[in-house]
This record gives sequence, C-alpha cells and structure tokens, in this order.
Amino acid sequence: MAKRIGILALQGDFARHAAMLRMLGVEAVEIRGCEQLDDCDGLILPGGESTTLAKLMDKYRFYEPLRQFARRRPLMGTCAGAILAAAEVDDPRVKPLALIDISVQRNAYGRQVDSFITEVAAPCLGQPPFFRAIFIRAPRIIGCGPETEILISFQNQPVMVRQGNILVLTFHPELTADPRIHHFFLGMTEKREQPSLAGR
Amino acid sequence: MEKGTFETKVGLAEMLKGGVIMDVTNADQAKIAEDAGAVAVMALERIPADIRQAGGVARMSDPAMIQEIQKAVSIPVMAKCRIGHFVEAQILQELKIDFIDESEVLTPADEVNHIDKHAFSAPFVCGCRNLGEALRRIGEGAAMIRTKGEPGTGNIVEAVRHMRQVMGEIRRLHSLPADELMAFAKELAAPYELIRKTAELGKLPVPNFAAGGIATPADAALMMQLGAESVFVGSGIFRSQDPARRAKAIVEAVTHYHDPRILLEVSIGLGEAMPGLEIKDIPQEDQMQYRGW
Repeated sequence: MAKRIGILALQGDFARHAAMLRMLGVEAVEIRGCEQLDDCDGLILPGGESTTLAKLMDKYRFYEPLRQFARRRPLMGTCAGAILAAAEVDDPRVKPLALIDISVQRNAYGRQVDSFITEVAAPCLGQPPFFRAIFIRAPRIIGCGPETEILISFQNQPVMVRQGNILVLTFHPELTADPRIHHFFLGMTEKREQPSLAGR
Repeated sequence: MEKGTFETKVGLAEMLKGGVIMDVTNADQAKIAEDAGAVAVMALERIPADIRQAGGVARMSDPAMIQEIQKAVSIPVMAKCRIGHFVEAQILQELKIDFIDESEVLTPADEVNHIDKHAFSAPFVCGCRNLGEALRRIGEGAAMIRTKGEPGTGNIVEAVRHMRQVMGEIRRLHSLPADELMAFAKELAAPYELIRKTAELGKLPVPNFAAGGIATPADAALMMQLGAESVFVGSGIFRSQDPARRAKAIVEAVTHYHDPRILLEVSIGLGEAMPGLEIKDIPQEDQMQYRGW
C-alpha cells in the first residue's frame, strides 16, 4: 500500500510539499483538523509564518495531538516548521512543540532582501554530495542537544538536524526540483520507531 | 550565493499562501494584525477607504511610519509605491521592505510604463483585472499577482469579476493546442513565453492572491474558493467595529475556506462590517482599478 504522509495545511507552502510527495509516488494529505492525523505514516510541518501557524495550531488544538503523533511516527519540519518543532524559540510570540532538542532564532539572516540560495555540502544525501538550499527569511539553529545529529551545516552552523523520529531543516527543499530530502524523510518512515524528545 | 533572484522573491510569496495580509496605519494596528495571525502587514498612512475620501494625490508613506511598523512586528512588512514610480520603490527597497506593492491605490506616477521590477532585489506584487495584465506584470518581474478589485469600497463584486476573469482565461488557455498560443498571446497582449508557461502549468507562474473589497470572513473564503491562494484585506479590518475579532475570523476563514461549519462559527457576532460602497455610484474616472494597464 502506498504511504500516506500528512502535511499541516493551516497556512504556508503545503501545496509544494504535496506536489513533491506525489512526484515520489506517495499519497499526500492536507491536514486541517487533528482527527486526520491518525491515518498518516508521517507528517510535514511546512514553511509559512510561524506566528500564524502557532496561533492556528493553538486555536484548533493541535499541540497535544502533534506531540503524541511525533512520539510514534516521523515528522519533518522545514523553516517555520523547524521553528515549531524546536525545544526553544528566541521569540515569545511563537510557542514551540518541543519535539527536538534544538533552540532557534527567527529571521536570523535578516529581512527578505537577505534571503539567499546556496549549495550546501550534504554527504547524507548520496550523489551529488551537495544540495541547492533556498533560505527564505530563514531561522538559525543556535543550539543543539547531545542527542541530536547534525546532517547538514552551512557556515559552520547546523541547517538540517535529526533526533530520533524528528527531522528539521531551516531551508526549503520543497521549492526545488530535487526530491532527495523528501526521499530521506520517507526512509525514516520505514525504520523502527525511535523515541524523540517528546517521548521522554 | 544568490540573493534577490526571481526564485527567492517567489519563495517568499509561496510562504505567504493560505494567509491574510492586512493593511495597517500604525504600530498598534500592526501588533493587532500579527496577534490575529496575519502572515504580513501592508504599512500605509491611510487605508484605501480614507484615500478615496480624501482625494488629491496619494503617495508612498512616510518611511518613519513604515520603520515603526517594521520594529513592532516579526512578520513581513509590505509597503506601496505609485505605479511607475521607481524612485519610491528604490526608497522602499533601501528600507528593506519585504514586498513592494506597485499599487493602483496610490496616484499613478506614469500612465504608460510600470516599474522594471527585475531591476530590484526586493520582490513586487502587482494588481490585475485579467490574465493579460497579470502576465505583463510578471513579464516586468512581479513575484506575486493579486486582483485589483475596487479598493476601499468593502464591495467584493470587482474582485470576484477579476478573479473569475483570470481563472477563466487560464482554463481556456490550458485547453488550447500549441499552435493557437501565439494568437492568444496577441489577443491578450501578453508575453508569449509566459503564455506558454501558464498553458503548461494550468495556473499563473507566480502565486495568485485576491485583493480589493474583502470585508467579511465569507468574502475571504469566496475568493479562496474561486482560486485565490491568499487574501489582502485593506480597509475591511480597521474600518470595522471590532478589528481584532474580525481579523482573527478572516484568518480562520482563509485556512478553513472549504468548511462551512467553521465559516459559520467564525462569522457569528463580529459586529458591524465596514460601510460598503456601490460601484455604480463611483464615477469611472474615480475607480482605482482602471489605473495601470
């Protein structure tokens, strides 16, 4: 049976993630209510505005169901999704889910005119060993706990990190035509369940 | 490292999808908007309803006022320049505005030419009434398109007309054989390459938002169901009786635009909406949608 991956669709570029997953032959489901989570083998928290997403997650009572989901199944957060998955955020306007032991700083590279695209070394993705990373008003991972694994760095700072079931990145693979990071995440849905920060 | 490319510009527009961009005139309103869940704010001295009332020449806002709003919120801040006024745009870019709206709400500075938006590293959004106009603006470098509607009226009828026009023309284009595309490009006075790209994608090559006359959660959801990917709300929020509550309701209506149960829930007891204007009572020369081409 084809895998079924949910994408939180409260706001943001969820449609781009869905298009990427469908290209990989996976069923993509837009999630607007937490009762939809049960049928998913994995979940993506997309890019968007983290303040908006946090408010809608609060209003539609997503916090606890998402934490429970992440205890059992893999979750990937990109950009705003990484902010929401973090243990700590530098801005009280965003209440994170605390799924992975990292602390993040919002809009850490500046405003939109400072958004950038660069090739980052990505040995974890096989050949070619780099990835064209698109950073849009991106956050920065400013601290990582001992159980996290840094998979990709840029300027000596982590930009893609994994801990157990949880994968976060501060750039946007869904805006490229390169499916390797989504493929990597799908690989995580095949592995044995591992405890994440939320599981302790 | 690439910065200020078309890809990074469209990248931000993608992040704003499924959201609400709200007009604000000071830092307090900006905070109310952010707190309600706006994905971005549009900083301007007067909302379109007041510009319409005041008459005279409407120009770019005072940078001091825009800076105050930039300091007050963490979400993207947009601002408007006059159609064709590339120096106002240079100033806004220097201010590090996240999105520049080359807007018909302000008095045009050039009746022939729009701004060459490729020359800027900041992204631009432009209004349109039909597909030809949308593709001409994208050809000039716009990274986001919105309907013009009729700003400051609280009347959705023109935004609906423009969105139906654009979506209808895209559907027609999508069904055409390749050898009819050039004639269609000629008919629409649109760049051929963008006609081809739109035909192939079956949608605009950049995000397609709605603006101009949205005053209620139902208006916002209507535009989303017609094909908009986000909405701009100008006068509709801060001209209403309870702006904070209405702002939140519109944000939720955009997320759940296909769910009548939630649309009902958020529409209850919002207080008075902004007073609306009949389009036929506005002389054509005073309608903002006919500014630009």
